[in-house]
Amino acid sequence: MPPLLEVRDLYIGYGWDERNVTTIVRGVNLTVAPGEVVGLAGESGCGKTTLAFAAAGLLEPPGRALAGQVLFEGTNLLELPPEQLRALHLARISMVFQASMNVLNPVTRIREQFKDAMKAHGVGSADEASARAKEMFARVKLPERFLDAYPHQLSGGMRQRAVIALALCLEPKLVFLDEPTTALDVVVQRSIIQMLNDLRHDLGFGVVFITHDLSLLVEIADRIAIMYAGAIVEEAPAQLLYQGPEHPYTAALMSAFPPVGGKRKRLEGLAGQPPDLRRLPPGCAFAPRCTRFIQGTCDTVAPPEVRTTEGRRVSCHLYAETVPSRPLPEAGPEALGSRGNGARVAGQPIGLSPGEGATN
Amino acid sequence: MVSTLGEEGLRAGPQGSQVPVLEVRGLTKTYSVGRFGKAKLVRALSNVDLSVMRGEVLGLVGESGSGKTTFARTVALLERPTSGEIRLLGRGVPNRLNQARLREHRGHVQMVFQDPYTSLDPLHTVRYSVARPLQTFKVAPKAAHAEAVDRLLTQVGLVPPQDFLRRYPYQLSGGQRQRVGVARALAARPALLLADEPTSMLDVSIRLSIMNLLLDLQKAESLSLVFVTHDLAGASYMSDRIAIMYAGHLVEVGPSERVMGEPRHPYTQLLRRAAPDPASHFGTGRRFEARGDPPDLANLPSGCPFAARCPHVRKECTEALPEWRQVGPGHQARCVLY
Repeated sequence: MPPLLEVRDLYIGYGWDERNVTTIVRGVNLTVAPGEVVGLAGESGCGKTTLAFAAAGLLEPPGRALAGQVLFEGTNLLELPPEQLRALHLARISMVFQASMNVLNPVTRIREQFKDAMKAHGVGSADEASARAKEMFARVKLPERFLDAYPHQLSGGMRQRAVIALALCLEPKLVFLDEPTTALDVVVQRSIIQMLNDLRHDLGFGVVFITHDLSLLVEIADRIAIMYAGAIVEEAPAQLLYQGPEHPYTAALMSAFPPVGGKRKRLEGLAGQPPDLRRLPPGCAFAPRCTRFIQGTCDTVAPPEVRTTEGRRVSCHLYAETVPSRPLPEAGPEALGSRGNGARVAGQPIGLSPGEGATN
Repeated sequence: MVSTLGEEGLRAGPQGSQVPVLEVRGLTKTYSVGRFGKAKLVRALSNVDLSVMRGEVLGLVGESGSGKTTFARTVALLERPTSGEIRLLGRGVPNRLNQARLREHRGHVQMVFQDPYTSLDPLHTVRYSVARPLQTFKVAPKAAHAEAVDRLLTQVGLVPPQDFLRRYPYQLSGGQRQRVGVARALAARPALLLADEPTSMLDVSIRLSIMNLLLDLQKAESLSLVFVTHDLAGASYMSDRIAIMYAGHLVEVGPSERVMGEPRHPYTQLLRRAAPDPASHFGTGRRFEARGDPPDLANLPSGCPFAARCPHVRKECTEALPEWRQVGPGHQARCVLY
């Protein structure tokens, strides 16, 4: 099946001034298959929301694509004129954001907001729009009477359900969910996640789920991409990522989430801070915080992207086919087996070899 | 209502000593909400009995509206209790306090607030914010303030302190602000630290470092710490004991590993199932089922506040509030099932 969304070698920069553009997203490749849930995780400022905005065709100045493509069902969204993009939004591509409890117009009844949205996309009569709104409310398990309520009359969880109903009312094929449950209580969060999962099975849309909560993501995503300083440093099926993170950043990020229950054990998590994107360190952007840092390699040469197993990729020197001049430090078992032997010719650039591009 | 288990029940802490720093009995807080004449009485806290031992970390867990923040604020006397008894360091705290006595109380009980962006005065430097409690609570003579501030900033990891003394809150990151908040609370040399969701506004990588900081300080100073949170993972990482609140009621208390490992109250079981927990959820294909919402605090049902949502509800649950039952060593639940 062709991918629903294919982001190819995308670079995004921010800046009003041509000579002063900060690159926020650096060479990202990502695909989403129809009906698939792809998770995107990383610390604040890693570029995950910027990437989602660009992939949804929502990027606005001062942000702009510097290179690359965003192919949605084969069409490059970055080159699409605004009116065609508008026609796609909501109808084919939809989004639910963290603050979306506040995206509803406070002075308009919810039913009217459904009608407005559907009218803009050419859904014929007001009756038809109203009927669709009713159906969507039933799907998100909101009592129909709340269609005639104002947003402030709903609780946070109910408002988020209403926004999800609105986002899905035209049955889009791709939905971006950016921290959709972060502001909600755990029980409400879990109910909404369960509901989204049911809707996905019924309606068959693909999802890009963005969150900093890796524990939650591991449970709901099919595949997870981990972002650091604007680049995807690791991508793997959710269960494999959870059971054996390959990139040292992924491992550190995971250790920042204590488990629920069990013996109490001290965790050290992630030391240090993400780099300033205007002054990225040479070599690997994570090198200054990395516990498995290789001097002379990680601080000088950009890490290669390596396919360690089918469907997995990691950008890290620890997994390079050939090991640069110095021996590797004691590595965890997950690093073994994926490493070849043989020494790299010193000074040879460690770039992408043809077979090491994006997975899928 | 006094617990049927008496004094013993609500006290035992596995790590902490058996000397209570804080003992709370029947703590109730109501607010009058709405226009005069049509005002409704909102019961934010209903008859809470809870003790905190010396050197203990108690996790106070609940959803929004459960009363966990009101509990902390009432214990700190930022809110006046409507009824009930608070004993601090073995001494009863009268309901009406004069200024001097109130100050004394707050010297013993300090808070770290949720939002590091609004809990520091934007017009004051770090030095001022941390030195102020030294003066207010007469912790150190003025001449010793500079040294004390340096020591406090070092303790919370803001090193070297001279880099931070002259900064204003806007010149600090969220994590650094929260460290200033902790230093300010420690400056008063409290016996009890109430940390109200101190990490929920921070980025993932910073959260653990603030939790570790609180644990280190708590051990070094043999502080008692009440860690108020909605995050089960954070509570289980931090706490010796966990207390679960629902709709202003305490429903379960016990050693952290037991409450998270073998939750007994149906509400705690619901929370436990809702929390992200890949370790036990993988491949189970389980569905999450929950019905209803927490009750209206202005119109609480008689009996157990969770009865309307409880899968095990019985007739007696709606008639009277269940008594506390012993469900394991140092572990109690307020539920008729046991």
